[in-house]
Amino acid sequence: MRRQVPLIITFFIGALLVISVFIPPMVSLKETFTLYFDIIAVFAFFLGGGNLLRVHLGKLYGKKQDWGFSLVTVAGFAMMLIVGLFKIGNPGGIAASITAEGSLFQKLFEYIMVPLGSTMYALLAFFVASASYRAFRAKNREATILLIGAFIILLGRTPFGMMLTSWIPEQLSILQIPNLAIWIMNGPNLAGQRAIMIGIGLGVVSMSIRILLGIERSYLGEDK
Amino acid sequence: MEQQIGLWVGAFLTMGIISFLYKDNPWYKLTEAIFVGISAGYWFVALFWDNIVGKFWIGVFDRGDYYLLVGAVLGLLMLMRLAPKIGWISRWPLSFVVGAISGFYLLNYFSSNVMLQVQSTIMPLFSPQFNDPLFTSSAGNIISNLFIAGGTFTGLVYFFFSKEHKGAFGGAAKIGIWVIMITFGASFGYTVMSRMSLLIGRMYFIFGEWLNLIG
Repeated sequence: MRRQVPLIITFFIGALLVISVFIPPMVSLKETFTLYFDIIAVFAFFLGGGNLLRVHLGKLYGKKQDWGFSLVTVAGFAMMLIVGLFKIGNPGGIAASITAEGSLFQKLFEYIMVPLGSTMYALLAFFVASASYRAFRAKNREATILLIGAFIILLGRTPFGMMLTSWIPEQLSILQIPNLAIWIMNGPNLAGQRAIMIGIGLGVVSMSIRILLGIERSYLGEDK
Repeated sequence: MEQQIGLWVGAFLTMGIISFLYKDNPWYKLTEAIFVGISAGYWFVALFWDNIVGKFWIGVFDRGDYYLLVGAVLGLLMLMRLAPKIGWISRWPLSFVVGAISGFYLLNYFSSNVMLQVQSTIMPLFSPQFNDPLFTSSAGNIISNLFIAGGTFTGLVYFFFSKEHKGAFGGAAKIGIWVIMITFGASFGYTVMSRMSLLIGRMYFIFGEWLNLIG
């Protein structure tokens, strides 16, 4: 019962969607299921938010190490919830959109979330640089090819790349680094991408069949 | 005034994240904690208004789309996970999502990632100069097409692990891994470029917008 019912649901729903492609009146089933996903996603987010609170409030009550940061996390979460759900500081009131111009929610997004998010990603530039140092040491033929490919793409997208090879005559313009970068992107890179995409496609198809037939059951977890 | 406060807050948070380059420190931990709390709250609120109110509430109570109640029931069943004794019921909505995604991807991926990619790889590999424009191609195009067709084929050979990579098959697999290495190199180059442009943006924010040192 605990495992059979979920397996039957998986098979039935999956098979229904596959069949729906071949039966025109059932084509809209995909859109209906997408709406269900959107609704289920919110409930899953309730669980996620609850879990966040459980972890950080536990740290707070237990006065565990770095509990002060947990307080900041809970305060930030609560502030966004109160401001967003009750539309506090929204010039249009409760009927207006939360992202309306001048709303407090939008300002919090603009002045706190945007700088934090973009700096967090920008920080990766430094770690990518250190990773490049390790990856780009031409230890073997494959690493050398990777190094050359990445180097040409990097140089080809900067004015420095153009400057370095601008002396090459027009007849041999393909050897200019920006043109070489374009050729790599449209030639060998495309071939590699296609091989990977076809591989992924075949992998997804076989995994989907395994899931629908109940061979792959890891998503159900284990019975306790 | 309000913009000035926003600018200072943004600068304080930006510097806090960058301070991690020195070492893990309380300033970074503070900004990290703010980021986790604020972004979780942001997505919670955005999903609530977009999906629960925008799609479910308005759909059911304004338009009378009662079939949406099924989604809400499945969502509520998901919350059963919080009750240990009946937590297994939360597998039902999960099975619904997994089954629907599997059924959807089964045909979609086969069409977009397999059939369309194979179709796009079938290109002219010689040019007999027939009148039909479909059969005429420049030397440069033919070389590129050969690279794409050969590269895709050898790349797929590399991913075929049911046969030992020896002899001619092993040779093709070797060329395949070189092609894939070029792809990884190109992707890596692009990733570095995108991260660098983000970093330049943040530096411009600090030195231009906040400190007014650059015009």
